[in-house]
Amino acid sequence: MKLDTCDLAAYATMRADDVLILGQRLSAWCGHGPVLEQDIALTNIALDLIGQARAYYQLAAHGSSDGQTEDTLAYLRDAHEFKNHLLVELPNGHWGDTLMRQFLFDTYNFYLLEALTKSSAPELSGLAAKAIKEVSYHAQYSAEWVIRLGDGTEESHSRMQSALDILWPYTDELFEDTSLDVAVHALQVGPLPSALRADWLAKVSEVLQMATLTVPSLDGYHQRGGLHGKHTEHLGILLAEMQFLPRAYPTAQW
Amino acid sequence: MGEEFSLEHRFQAYIDAENKIEPKDWMPENYRKTIVRQMSQHAHSEVVGMLPEANWITRAPSLRSKLILLAKVQDEGGHGLYLYSAAETLGVSREQMIDDLLQGKAKYSSIFNYPTLNWADMGAIGWLVDGAAIANQVMLCRTSYGPYARAMVRICKEESFHQRQGYEIMMHMAAGTPEQKAMAQDALNRWWWPALMMFGPADAASPNTAQSMAWKIKRKTNDELRQEFVDKTVPQATFIGLTVPDSHLKWNEVTGHYDFGPIDWEEFTQVVKGNGPCNKERLAARNKAHQEGQWVRDAATAFAKKQQARAAAPVSATNPSAA
Ligand SMILES: [Fe+2]
Ligand SMILES: [Fe+2]
Repeated sequence: MKLDTCDLAAYATMRADDVLILGQRLSAWCGHGPVLEQDIALTNIALDLIGQARAYYQLAAHGSSDGQTEDTLAYLRDAHEFKNHLLVELPNGHWGDTLMRQFLFDTYNFYLLEALTKSSAPELSGLAAKAIKEVSYHAQYSAEWVIRLGDGTEESHSRMQSALDILWPYTDELFEDTSLDVAVHALQVGPLPSALRADWLAKVSEVLQMATLTVPSLDGYHQRGGLHGKHTEHLGILLAEMQFLPRAYPTAQW
Repeated sequence: MGEEFSLEHRFQAYIDAENKIEPKDWMPENYRKTIVRQMSQHAHSEVVGMLPEANWITRAPSLRSKLILLAKVQDEGGHGLYLYSAAETLGVSREQMIDDLLQGKAKYSSIFNYPTLNWADMGAIGWLVDGAAIANQVMLCRTSYGPYARAMVRICKEESFHQRQGYEIMMHMAAGTPEQKAMAQDALNRWWWPALMMFGPADAASPNTAQSMAWKIKRKTNDELRQEFVDKTVPQATFIGLTVPDSHLKWNEVTGHYDFGPIDWEEFTQVVKGNGPCNKERLAARNKAHQEGQWVRDAATAFAKKQQARAAAPVSATNPSAA
């Protein structure tokens, strides 16, 4: 059995959506960071993520019969067609909110890419081998900030604990196995997300402990829907801004 | 008195022999002040200059253009860092300089007090604003203060890259749909005169120029640099089919330069005084980032102190299980 190009495109698009939306969020920090060095560092992560999104979208667009390109995929789909996790579309909040969201996602992204480097699809394994170098740096950077702010001042500690508490219900979705994941996994193209949970939880718990933060309970109610195109209210606004020019001037080339 | 006089003489002779002044060297107080003011203003311009372009990052119309713009704005932040460090060699701290900026005591290039209103502004800024900055900065690569000159060499390479990328955006827009071409022309109309003002007042109205030239801080006057910029840029506009918004603009066979119309120095003065279209927003944005970052910087400092204390303490005291 071979993975249909159409499934591979859908899978690559799903991976791209996460990193594009998160990269778009981070890019809004550029010029507004708490200190110049960190403004530059966070922009680096945004650059990497949007670069990864391009690679995934190019893979998805390659061999598409309907003339898709990286830009039509990014700019001409509506919110319900995006399959990113809800976590990445949540607003930036303050620096601590952004870095906590980043840490939770980076750690997931690291284990995901680690699995994808072993993909039976060479396009994906090649892409993952390159991306994991970037993401292991991201994961280290965001973990350091979670520790620094968690174990910094009383104020920073309480800000980080509430960031964690607010974001936690969005983490369960990272490990949801969609039917596409199951199909992809059957052909050793990609992992079952549920299989990444144990590593993720171990790493996240270790860092949160170093940050003197309390890991929220796992059995609370979790938010889901992104993987099926059911998003928060935030995504529509993000897309309205991001897609404005190609939508307003449909015949223009940029 | 006599000793000071001879020090100044030796300083001038040293500069005249094309030597670089280094941080530990003796220098006249006024030279130090001029250099610190110029470098800190330059650093502030890089950092405030991130804002007008950052305004379009989230709306960049393609993934490629988003990456290019993001990297460009990030470069400007890097320039700010080099320049703050170079200024710190003369004993003024970055905190102090940033404080002066936030309180409105320090100046930055007035060009960044103009708004970015359409996507072609990303082209116009790269092409004209980075272009005008380069004219000045190429000269500053040979400025007499060593750390400033060295920072400039590094920065200039990136600025000329920005300038090329900006021109490419303009070229692309000018060759695009009628709407895109209109955006490009509109951007040129709005940025042309402010770009010419970037070189500063006319020589006749610039009393500090002579001293700066003698000290080889500057090597060309404002008017010389402005003329070079006009001569270089007008043919570039013509080449992509855009019209420079100056009815007096005319090639002068005799001088071998373009003649151009009078600059509205009243507008320039108003923007310098804080009455430009975006002065308040720009300063407010810098203040907001600074204030909202306060708890982050405090936490980072507190954490670093804890780490130091832990490193200094005997292992058994901090981590009993490690024994
Ligand atoms: Fe710059
Ligand atoms: Fe630049």
